[in-house]
Amino acid sequence: MKLPSMPRGLAAGAARGAGRLSQRLGRGGGTALPGLVLTRLRPEATAEMARAVPNGVILVSGTNGKTTTARLVRAVLDASGARVVANTAGSNLERGVATALLNDDGAEVALFEADEAALPGLIGQTRPRVVTLMNLFRDQLDRHGELEHLVERWRAAVDGLDPATTVVYNADDPAVAEIAAGHPNTVSYGIDDPRAGRDRLPHAADTTECRRCGARLRYDMVTIAHLGRWSCPECALARTLVDVGAAKVELHGMDGQRLALATPGGPMEMSLRLPGLHNAYNAAAAAATALALGLSPESIGPALARRQAAFGRAERTQVGPTRVTTLLAKNPAGANENIRTMLLEDRPLHLLVLLNDRTADGQDVSWIWDVDYELLLEGDRLASLTVGGDRAHDMALRFRYGGLSPDRLAVVPPVPDAFDAALAACGADGGLYVLPTYTALLEFKALLADRGLAPQFWEDG
Amino acid sequence: MSAATPPLRLCHLYPEHLNIYADRGNIAVLRRRLEWRGLALETVEAGLGDPVPADCHLYYLGGGQDRDQRLVAEDLARKADPLRRAAERGAVVLGVCGGYQLLGRGYAAADGRTLPGIGLLDLETVAGRRRLIGDVVLSATFDGQAGTVVGYENHAGRTYLGGGCTPLGRVLRGHGNNGGDGCEGAVAGRTVGTYLHGPLLPKNPWLADILLGWALESAGRPVELAPLADELEQAAHTVAQTRAGRRR
Ligand SMILES: [Zn+2]
Repeated sequence: MKLPSMPRGLAAGAARGAGRLSQRLGRGGGTALPGLVLTRLRPEATAEMARAVPNGVILVSGTNGKTTTARLVRAVLDASGARVVANTAGSNLERGVATALLNDDGAEVALFEADEAALPGLIGQTRPRVVTLMNLFRDQLDRHGELEHLVERWRAAVDGLDPATTVVYNADDPAVAEIAAGHPNTVSYGIDDPRAGRDRLPHAADTTECRRCGARLRYDMVTIAHLGRWSCPECALARTLVDVGAAKVELHGMDGQRLALATPGGPMEMSLRLPGLHNAYNAAAAAATALALGLSPESIGPALARRQAAFGRAERTQVGPTRVTTLLAKNPAGANENIRTMLLEDRPLHLLVLLNDRTADGQDVSWIWDVDYELLLEGDRLASLTVGGDRAHDMALRFRYGGLSPDRLAVVPPVPDAFDAALAACGADGGLYVLPTYTALLEFKALLADRGLAPQFWEDG
Repeated sequence: MSAATPPLRLCHLYPEHLNIYADRGNIAVLRRRLEWRGLALETVEAGLGDPVPADCHLYYLGGGQDRDQRLVAEDLARKADPLRRAAERGAVVLGVCGGYQLLGRGYAAADGRTLPGIGLLDLETVAGRRRLIGDVVLSATFDGQAGTVVGYENHAGRTYLGGGCTPLGRVLRGHGNNGGDGCEGAVAGRTVGTYLHGPLLPKNPWLADILLGWALESAGRPVELAPLADELEQAAHTVAQTRAGRRR
């Protein structure tokens, strides 16, 4: 049955009521439900609310890094004194955006991370001032379908953009670069430090053919998955000179990194509290987005440097004598980056890997076989391994067939028991790394909260 | 087995294009299960334009995105003869998902184009409107052994078997070849195709061992494969079976 659209005030009131009820019933923070109710009652509500934001809407999307990048942009906007409305805690579909707009109708500027599949719809609804396109990796094939389809949908959405919209894009991703190339108003970013490269493409590299002519791309440098300095040997397509380039990336293990960016406004140097090369990309994306918004280069570096890791992205919690570092790992590119970053530490590694297969994780757990867990087994770096979650046994098989002897492996499906087993295995050795999928991360955070160790996720700013 | 025993040889076809559902997991299982019995596996890769080695005991074709599958189909047509000869001399050919479709006679795509297949399996595939996605459980009798097979399927193609092959199993949970006739996969001689990934072999070690037994026979070295401690594999199999049941 098709109902007529409800008047704006009534729809907003009903939506707010649903959110308050949900919170009172303990069903969550209400980061998505009010928006869902609102857009059901009045489908045009998101577009109306977005239009009312005076300084426009910024959308940040990509398979990996969008949450962290949005937080980094937020830090720069906050430092500028602007009043910002943003979605948090992974509510990155239209309902989450609508909820955020509903809850804060006096904001000057809106900043949203967008699920990569939801981005085309959100572009249509919000008519953004800036769209930041970060990367496309294989992720949740059962939910998102093939990467190619996503590439085509992004291309169509970018083709339909107002020419005045600024597209900020990662030039190191050949697919993203080709999508953005036709747009008249762009700011590109990438990594220029040759020491950040690795010698060959990892197993889980997706876009390795020229988007124009189909020839195999040549890589002078590979950074993450299929990202890097690429060129087509057959046609002229190549990674271009970028507007915002990471000229120097000095990784300091889990503690963070020192980053030097070359930008049209002059060089920027900063110390980030975020570890790993993926966060160098996130910082470059955030700096490029902030520059596209006209923010001053002097204000960007210090604001980025103050920012801590986002929810579950190299977040640290002290549990008795053990420092617990949580690294969300939900697809091969992200998990490979986590492994590479952990290996920068020179201490023995204690690991808890939590694998769930619910809708938000992807029900198909095949992806774990594309992750290069074998790197952890080389050089005897792995001091202990506990696997947990709904599909703990699948993860155990991944390590068994990767070469780990089963007697070095604890299989404990319930998350609380798995955590206790991992802490016990860790002993007085110091550090535990927790690698959960998305819903396992939610479970793990709830467990920490139950034990008085961390805030609930929807309180996470 | 002495250390001097020559390794079994596996030809991995199109590893760069057909690898979308963790196909290297299947190969890892074949390798380790040989190693744990004092045997070895040597892998040869054959991509676009490469010749198919004639002396392998196993040939493996994984799944790819539509674009990659189109690229591969034309090239594979040129590899059809050596693959057919390998199958005739008793080598094992395993195709998963896209690789399974290409082992058949062809794939009629939604846009009206037909991708050629190499006809090693008597089956045809036509594009369907909705993708068939989800957990699968099969009951199967494979090389005289009865058991269940678990996996995950994600395919737009509907595959219909001819008289020249038999299904790998009957669908207990999930869609199977075409969502209609209750069949999944296809077997003809030592050529096996299936939509199941996850990947296929880690949670179905009995299938892996039958394939290895066949490969050893084709190498002229039939052996009784010693049983392995498969508690973890069985537990993962049971978990997958339970998940599939709960999601219906
Ligand atoms: Zn080209």
